[in-house]
Amino acid sequence: MFDEANLIVGLEIGTSKICAVIGEINTEGALNIIALGQAPARGVRKGEIVDAPLAEECVRHAIVEAEQMANVEIRDVFLGVTGGHVRGFTNRGVHRVLSADRNITEDDVSDVVKNARAINLPAENSIIHDVRQHFLLDGQPGIVNPAGFVGKLLEVDVHVVHGVTNRMQNSVRLVRNLNLEVNEIVFNGLASALALLSSEQKELGALVIDLGGGTTDYVVYVNGVVRHTGVFAVGGDHISNDLGHGLKVPLSRAEKLKVEYGTAVPDEAARGQSITITNEMNLPIKTLNLEHLQRIMSLRLEELFQIIRLDLEEAELLPYIQGGVFICGGGARIPHIAQLAETIFQAPVALGHTGSLSGLKSALDQPEFLTAIGLVKYGSMRSPKPAPAGFLPNLKTMFNRFLPQR
Amino acid sequence: MTPNAETPTPAWETTGSPVIKIIGIGTAGVALLETLATAEFAGAHRVAVSTDQSSLNVSTTSAKLLLEAKGLRGLGTGGDAERGYALAEENVAGLKSACTGAQVVLLLAGLGGGAGSGITPVVARVARESGALVLAFVTLPFDCEGNRRSAQAKASLAQIKAFADGVICLPNQKAYKLIDEHTSVVDTFRITGGLLLEAIRGIWQLMTRPGLIQIHLADLCALVRDKNAEGVFAFVEASGPARSREVIDKLLAHPLLDEGKALTESDAVMVSLMAGSDLTMAEVNRVMEQITRQCERAQVIMGAMVDDAWKTRLSVTLIAAKHSAPPVPEPVETAFHRPARIGGRPTPTVTPSPSASPVANPGPSPLQMQQREQLVKQHAPGGRRKADGKMKQEMLQLGTITKGRFDKCEPTIHKGEDLDVPTYFRRGMPLN
Repeated sequence: MFDEANLIVGLEIGTSKICAVIGEINTEGALNIIALGQAPARGVRKGEIVDAPLAEECVRHAIVEAEQMANVEIRDVFLGVTGGHVRGFTNRGVHRVLSADRNITEDDVSDVVKNARAINLPAENSIIHDVRQHFLLDGQPGIVNPAGFVGKLLEVDVHVVHGVTNRMQNSVRLVRNLNLEVNEIVFNGLASALALLSSEQKELGALVIDLGGGTTDYVVYVNGVVRHTGVFAVGGDHISNDLGHGLKVPLSRAEKLKVEYGTAVPDEAARGQSITITNEMNLPIKTLNLEHLQRIMSLRLEELFQIIRLDLEEAELLPYIQGGVFICGGGARIPHIAQLAETIFQAPVALGHTGSLSGLKSALDQPEFLTAIGLVKYGSMRSPKPAPAGFLPNLKTMFNRFLPQR
Repeated sequence: MTPNAETPTPAWETTGSPVIKIIGIGTAGVALLETLATAEFAGAHRVAVSTDQSSLNVSTTSAKLLLEAKGLRGLGTGGDAERGYALAEENVAGLKSACTGAQVVLLLAGLGGGAGSGITPVVARVARESGALVLAFVTLPFDCEGNRRSAQAKASLAQIKAFADGVICLPNQKAYKLIDEHTSVVDTFRITGGLLLEAIRGIWQLMTRPGLIQIHLADLCALVRDKNAEGVFAFVEASGPARSREVIDKLLAHPLLDEGKALTESDAVMVSLMAGSDLTMAEVNRVMEQITRQCERAQVIMGAMVDDAWKTRLSVTLIAAKHSAPPVPEPVETAFHRPARIGGRPTPTVTPSPSASPVANPGPSPLQMQQREQLVKQHAPGGRRKADGKMKQEMLQLGTITKGRFDKCEPTIHKGEDLDVPTYFRRGMPLN
């Protein structure tokens, strides 16, 4: 039905669910989401696989569902990775322009970028992304493309996201076992940001927080470039665990209580209220204090946001997120989460929806699916555009080749 | 205007050595105070203030002040700074009498716990109101002591900064650079205590000994008078022919100065050299030249003292103060208006900031006073009686903390805290 060469698949192996999204690049070169498959995840903790056979089964379900929906066969995927081991930092590369006329050539530009990438990582780590930020020419910041400029000292900042190779390879191996190729691995937080932010928001400066089941990933865009990334292996699972611990109920019950009664900001009306939980025969088995439930949950979320806020403060990025704070992932469903984030970050807060893709039914535009959608978007940016049929579009691509690629 | 500003201070004016009171607050402060019970500090009046009878029993000073409420039964504040604050407010009269008559009050405290964090700001305020120059020497807790303590310590530090003339603060975490894998806990606390002691000794020598190049107390006041000054200090010592070079090397590598970074960022630096009578001008010059080069922005004050007991040794005490911008433009009552007491001469080096006019000192605004009163009311046990007639029974955290489903996972450690342990549990939220 579809030309499979134009298919782009994003696969996110999350802690609570596994999500596969199929996108297609149409003849206009635009990205179109055509299918989505999901399955509840098992064998995954804090964003990393702990039981491979179980997790493999779940991935297979999600992939099959997506394949059936689009009536295609998936061959390769862009795989999202996360986990507490993933780190981001910014490194500066320096290059002296040696030519007599101080004219900066393309070679100088590639040299300085190479220098910035040459970083000391622990032996077991490898780079997931290296995102080029702006250039500095003789200390003057904010230069996007320095080729053709005149200067002595060329510098560039590169934001490097890296993680422990073996731990990332675990999920790659799992996908390969299903006879699928992994095109690239992508940091989940970056994928979510891609799906969420418009270029204007990236320019203004924005913080994207992906509150997942096992991890919380966050990315800061300033002036259109990635300035900061981070992961904390704390997520929705922790809230359930806290509730189970504090209210002395089993985890499965805590999970249900979280969904049913949870809130990010304790409300006054809950004071002194209690809830009665019943067994499957509808007989009451326990009475719980609603105020406690809400406070346990709100303390955890507040702590999580505070940690992120402190991290941004240390990176001196807090004043730059005027574009807003965007929350996605399952955590975006928690009532009043925006209110809590607003008080902590002192910035406008929006819950994540992607508006920038076609073909997406509103049923699929949910905060949980944003990472997988972002993976597809990432894939579409990396794959070469298919050659459109006909003379006129050909001419267009021909000219495009001479135009500067942005 | 401070209440005592006009009272004559003859001891100061005539002998030149001010009446100094050293007040140790809380268990840590009292313990530090004990280490000062040497002949060197014989001239100081030492006062121990605590909420805990057992820590006071250790102290050898005659002046002890036990802050007590009926509810506590001499058992301390239980790590609750608010309780310490309320207690101190209740006993303001006692604290005031402890501070009267002193021209300089040095406060020693370990912040983070209930007594140190809660009482120190109150004592700083009271001492100030009684007309003394207040310098606080405090430690901040280690990161591993948990969020609550460090948050409490930070809040308290901000309050102390608002009341004291100068704060010298030692984050214990920085002392990590001074210890190795095998340093025992006892030694670690001895080291951090020792560091603070060196700073006190530096100030002490400065004020009590006649110097060759004298630093007047007025200079010291000028250095710390900005009420938001937060100081770091370093004490180094070397001997032998290359001693001047050696002290510079040691200074620039000093962990508390962040490898010299603290110097570049500082606004005011006080350097006090101490050596035997063989101290040469070239040596003084060499040391000072290096230091001034490091801190171009800063106003540098230097002093030199000669003590024959020092023989070939050369020691340098350096205090660098950074004037952070005040977070709220509060009407500060500064030391500007006390030139009469500071050696009877004005200090021309520092021009008063426009916020504090020399004619009419606004003092704490009525609003502030109101807030403070409210705070006191909130914390005073009388006002609270209705809310909790009986003392709250809190559970001791016995037994191991289970992490539920994360038991067998790799723990998520952030700044020394295990984030897998429920937040409410770490914060001590009572569930009943």
